[in-house]
Amino acid sequence: METLERIIGEHPFFAGLDAGFLNLMVSCASNVRFTPGTYILKEGEAANTFYLVREGKVALELLAPPHKPIIVSTIGIGEILGWSWLMEPYVWKFSARAVDAVRAIALDGRCLRTKCEQNHDLGYEVLKRFAGIVEQRLDATRLQLLDVYAVRR
Amino acid sequence: MATLNRLATADDRAAQRGEHILAADQVGKLIELLVRRGYEVVGPTVRDGAIVYDHLESPDDLPRGWTDEQKPGHYRLHRRDDEALFGYVVGPQSWKKYTHPAEVRLWAAERQNGTFRILNNEEKGQHPRAFLGARACELAAIAVQDRVLLEDKYRDPVYDRRRGGAFIIAVQCTQAAETCFCASMGTGPQVSDEFDLALTELLDSKGHRFLLAAASDRGTEILSELKTVPATEEDRQQAAAKVDAAARQQVRSIDTTGIKELLYENFEHRRWDDVAGRCLTCANCTMVCPTCFCTSVEDVSDISGDHAERWRRWDSCFTQNFSYIHGGSVRTSAKARYRQWMTHKLASWIDQFGSSGCVGCGRCITWCPVGIDITEEVRAIREGGRNGDS
Amino acid sequence: MATSSTIDPMLPQPYLVREVSKETPDTFTLRLDPGNEARESVFRPGQFSMLWVFGVGELPISISGDPALRDRLIYTVRSVGQATHSLVNQKVGSGVGVRGPFGIGWPVEAARGRDVIVVAGGIGLAPLRPVIYQVLQNRKDYGRLVILYGGRSPRDLLYRKELAKWARIPETQVLITVDYGGIGWRGHVGVVTTLFKYSRLHPARSVAMVCGPEIMMRFVIRELETAGLSRDDIYLSMERNMKCAVGFCGHCQYGPHFICKDGPVFPYERMRPLLEKYEL
Repeated sequence: METLERIIGEHPFFAGLDAGFLNLMVSCASNVRFTPGTYILKEGEAANTFYLVREGKVALELLAPPHKPIIVSTIGIGEILGWSWLMEPYVWKFSARAVDAVRAIALDGRCLRTKCEQNHDLGYEVLKRFAGIVEQRLDATRLQLLDVYAVRR
Repeated sequence: MATLNRLATADDRAAQRGEHILAADQVGKLIELLVRRGYEVVGPTVRDGAIVYDHLESPDDLPRGWTDEQKPGHYRLHRRDDEALFGYVVGPQSWKKYTHPAEVRLWAAERQNGTFRILNNEEKGQHPRAFLGARACELAAIAVQDRVLLEDKYRDPVYDRRRGGAFIIAVQCTQAAETCFCASMGTGPQVSDEFDLALTELLDSKGHRFLLAAASDRGTEILSELKTVPATEEDRQQAAAKVDAAARQQVRSIDTTGIKELLYENFEHRRWDDVAGRCLTCANCTMVCPTCFCTSVEDVSDISGDHAERWRRWDSCFTQNFSYIHGGSVRTSAKARYRQWMTHKLASWIDQFGSSGCVGCGRCITWCPVGIDITEEVRAIREGGRNGDS
Repeated sequence: MATSSTIDPMLPQPYLVREVSKETPDTFTLRLDPGNEARESVFRPGQFSMLWVFGVGELPISISGDPALRDRLIYTVRSVGQATHSLVNQKVGSGVGVRGPFGIGWPVEAARGRDVIVVAGGIGLAPLRPVIYQVLQNRKDYGRLVILYGGRSPRDLLYRKELAKWARIPETQVLITVDYGGIGWRGHVGVVTTLFKYSRLHPARSVAMVCGPEIMMRFVIRELETAGLSRDDIYLSMERNMKCAVGFCGHCQYGPHFICKDGPVFPYERMRPLLEKYEL
């Protein structure tokens, strides 16, 4: 069986972290599974975890009455789910549902927040990595907002 | 004696090159010979205060004793103090009027059993034409359009039919307009050899006459039927001096050194905003330009809906619709459209067809209602530094 | 009878509409053939035709069929205006005028021996489908085939059955995403660029062929370059106002290029200086 150390150590998100920080990460990590249709996190709830998806697909949903709920994005193998745990007020702004059977590594955000406050070098490494993800998602969202395939009149 | 000998030898050479002297009163005979060979003779004539190209019956239709005064946004005809037949420079029209008509029906079709058939699209009544009075810049323009419409991936059959048989009687420029800049574009004022016959008008104490040269078999054939005398070296020198004078009179020029890179690299030059503030996007420059070839097609059908035709019409990159793709036009601003026209003419044309699209005739300067001067725009971009920031 | 070499490129040839099938609510695939005339339809993937509807007008439409089938011409047309609306509403048996095929297509032949990455957005899959047909028919001549396809929403996806079929072929990866997914959609949601992280690419041996809205192509190029593809191995299909299709009318000029005769497919290296110029 793969150890958490190996999985975390080999994941690109954690690449370049020194051994000490990696150990900190592993100490905050645990294996989790979600059956299809389960909500992994829900809009409005406290955000204290983030996930590294190892298998399956997660849908980020937004309720937008009077429209039907829409999936704004999906998150798949190898991707990171959730960053609201990093920024106050630590509340989820979307819901995330397992589209199919999802295996993931959950990282305890509360634990990591505290460690980042205590060690700003770690904090900077974590923030840099999340800033990269936020940037990619923002780029993709901007393109998505352009609705490039729509009929323009 | 030695001098006489030398002159005689030079005269022989002039005669061998086919250079002859044609008296001015023989121009009618020239027209007659062309008509007899089946050509419709077209050339300059005065109409509506301008010298235009039209059907010529006789030398009486030529702009005898007229000249043109041209400046940015300015064109006036004036009486000359002599009886010169070709004593003007260029009018608003060019020979593309004939070779690449402003409006032409490409084909017609009719409905038949739920589908359609294309009707006979062969054009009737296309006489070969003789272009009397083509200037050096205009021959350069014809060569430019030949490259675009005949010598690229496809041949334009419409252009081919009209251009193919045309008999060209060039006329050397013996004066320049204020708007001329052919010398800087390397297209004139001297006509080189892209003609059947070439005339240089001479008017002095020795009388009103033309130095006449032939550069093709059919030109030589016509020449041999005209009443001429061999040209003397003196005639030849006098003619050459007049053409030289036309070059020296030119007050405008474009420095074409590295012009492609200049315009490509200055896509964001502030001068484009400046010219956009003046340009009315009226498309006059493209209509009068002898090389502009862009067209649009329009499908029309009759009221029964059973008969359809496709017409091709001159179009202009100055119109909004020109660059329309699904969702809107690519070039909406006047800045983008002027930049497209000028960059195409002077820069991308070189990439596309191996030469400049500008022949220096100056028509775009004369016929611009606000007098935008392409030579001035190039100079401003060149002198403004990269993107006009210096 | 006229052969293709003597046909005036400006004259439409009559073809008959044999089938019109609905792909999405606004997009239809038309099958045409020359009726009783023994005229073969030879084209290369990525080429386009000018389709003319009697009394309505003419449109440039990419050929979306199988180049190996020479008895027909297949077009996938999105109804977005009067002329396209009229085209997709043609009755079976009616006549449509066809000029072409025109233009330079995808480098499918030159890509032999290499992996082929097809990236399509929206209707952009139509001009790439002939590439897919040709690669799959000569499967052993090519390495991996990766198809990345982004659509607006699940119901706007073209060729869904074929995509599912292609996904089952060995050494073929098909990834599909939509910009807007309802909660019933089990596939990916996000723009086409978000699919790259799931694709398995070997940049050094890959050729990418990209077709979609210009902005989508620009984002895709960034991903391809990040993945390590050389600029010379990325090809784009450009859209401009094609009217005559033979380089006479001037409408489709894009910098020094005529999209109709120099394209519509260009190596990215040649488009690169132009793509970010506004109002070129």
